Amino acid sequence: MSTQFEIQGLKSSIEGKEILKGIDLQIKGGEVHAIMGPNGTGKSTLASALMGHPKYEVTDGSVTLNGEDVLEMGVDERARAGLFLAMQYPSEITGVTNADFLRSAINARRGEGNEISLIKFVRQMEGKMKELEMNPEFMHRYLNEGFSGGEKKRNEILQMMLLEPKLVILDEIDSGLDIDALRIVAEGVNAMRSEDRGFLIITHYQRLLNYITPDFVHVMMQGRIVKSGGPELAHRLEAEGYDWVKEELGIVDETVGQA
Amino acid sequence: MSTPTTSFGREAAAAISRSKNEPAWLVASREEAGQLATEINLPKPEKLPLTRWTLDQYGTNRPGQNVSSISDLPAVITALLPEQSGGALIVQHNSSVVFTQLSEELKAQGVILTSLEDAARNHEELFRKYFMTDYAKEEHKLAAVHAALWNGGVFLYVPRNVVIDAPIQALLFADDAEATFMPHVLVVAETNSRFSFVEQVASNLGETSATLLHNSAVEVFAKAGSFVQYAAVHQLDASAIDISYRRAVLDNDARIEWIIGDLHNGNSITDTKSVLKGNGSTSDSKIISIGTGSQRMSLTTQAVHFGRSTESDMITRAVMKEEATAIINGITKIEKGATKANGQQTEKVLMLSPKARGDANPILLIDEDDVKAGHAASVGQVNADQVYYLMSRGISRKEAERLIIHGFLDPVVSEIPLEGLREQLHRILERKLG
Repeated sequence: MSTQFEIQGLKSSIEGKEILKGIDLQIKGGEVHAIMGPNGTGKSTLASALMGHPKYEVTDGSVTLNGEDVLEMGVDERARAGLFLAMQYPSEITGVTNADFLRSAINARRGEGNEISLIKFVRQMEGKMKELEMNPEFMHRYLNEGFSGGEKKRNEILQMMLLEPKLVILDEIDSGLDIDALRIVAEGVNAMRSEDRGFLIITHYQRLLNYITPDFVHVMMQGRIVKSGGPELAHRLEAEGYDWVKEELGIVDETVGQA
Repeated sequence: MSTPTTSFGREAAAAISRSKNEPAWLVASREEAGQLATEINLPKPEKLPLTRWTLDQYGTNRPGQNVSSISDLPAVITALLPEQSGGALIVQHNSSVVFTQLSEELKAQGVILTSLEDAARNHEELFRKYFMTDYAKEEHKLAAVHAALWNGGVFLYVPRNVVIDAPIQALLFADDAEATFMPHVLVVAETNSRFSFVEQVASNLGETSATLLHNSAVEVFAKAGSFVQYAAVHQLDASAIDISYRRAVLDNDARIEWIIGDLHNGNSITDTKSVLKGNGSTSDSKIISIGTGSQRMSLTTQAVHFGRSTESDMITRAVMKEEATAIINGITKIEKGATKANGQQTEKVLMLSPKARGDANPILLIDEDDVKAGHAASVGQVNADQVYYLMSRGISRKEAERLIIHGFLDPVVSEIPLEGLREQLHRILERKLG
């Protein structure tokens, strides 16, 4: 079955402050959606709310993945159902090696009695690390500890490749990446594009979209999607910035929930 | 069999010494310590009153059965031996050393590995030169009792320039709660020698109303340019008390690495101290502990800098569960004249229960200007962002927390120089962390 991801009227608050004011979005398998927008408009909140970060309270709306109610699920259940969020600021965890972590994650999805063999796992991990031009020693390094910004982002993509999710959310995966790393990360994403996998790419720069061509581009302001279009919308935003959108919609302050 | 010694002094100490046919000077030395034990006070660990501790049951002499091959050791002991290769090994069972193994090759190089009791008789000069010179019987009552009653024990002597690849193992084991169990480990590393020593202290006491008092001491003398790695894993029954004073004295450019798992299940006082006497000497201490039940622990690391350009690093990591208490002290002392010294310390406590207590007390005592010193201490719970991150990859909350807690201790566990012991340590952690 091809993936169907549906967000309807999603509202979310942090510490009582409403950030998402009703998001509607449908993503089908094979589609790449990009969400663009200036800082402080609620883009990352959308990513966190979808993944189930405990700080973000969903106050209204629904999210389903292939008909299943995502909002009813715990964070780990969402992941096992096929949701993946490449985080803007991945945690560093001392004492847990990258390999141990990834094997636990893969086995959590496969379930008890169906664990991946160590040899098969190592072979897969090595293969994907090579594709991402990662130093093999990162396999046995503590998770993200002492990784540079770019290395952390590559490590997020590595996890995505090994976990083979149905719906991938990339939250500012391009921030802090030099052009080579950006290319490698984009190639990793492109290699994962398939009919049964949807992508939601959050970014405030268009440059990532030079490498990953989106099918749909959405502009977020004030906690809502205020404009949607095709790849040409991203090009126009790159060329002209966001002011014309604000002007068109009569928006003065595009941010949301800022003190 | 007599009842465990509860009153104790000069006479008792002398009687014990004579029963072992010890030389007159050693009888006198024990006698003197026995006298001292009646006169001086218990140590006063920071924020940890010892009032309800049973520290006056010294047990009686219960020697184990001597054996001539590993296979003749009791099964409870062989089960604890991580690697049963032909490597250097010494085993104490209750009040005496029952087995020693040292390859002919190492013997030919002049390496000595014997019980300390044997060393007092057969290597008198070395024994008298070093024994209780850094851990002095005058320090407090427990030290005096130890000096009077120590038994079995380990003497390891590694001559100049000798490098030993395989770790030397000591297993100190008790299964009789009424035994006197007070091993003393004395290690002499001559100039430019290099080796690892792995000590395991364990017990299997079963149901008992007696309190086993493991009143032990370690003294390491690291001569110029030597490198000693000292790993220890302690896992005694909850009814036992673990008293472990560890000392290292370092000459010029010597280095010691302490890798310690203070994983005892009952009350304990441990104090791991490096004295950086020689210029350019370095010390690295890594200690982990897990508090469970209602156990009380005082865990101290110390570095005392005398030499110039000396460096010390001390890390203690403790996981506290249930109603356990740990007072963790780190003391970096830099003496006048120890220019360019660098002393760093970190104490980290992970609290898994609201009723547990973990205090981290970093103390810097600096009497010299031209030095570097630093400390970091933290007491906290499992980091919620880390749990979220792991869960976002499909890992359950329980497994995420397990990974984080084990990971918290891994920087020490992964340094244990003996694979078999490392695996054993993992099993202890699984059990204690439950």
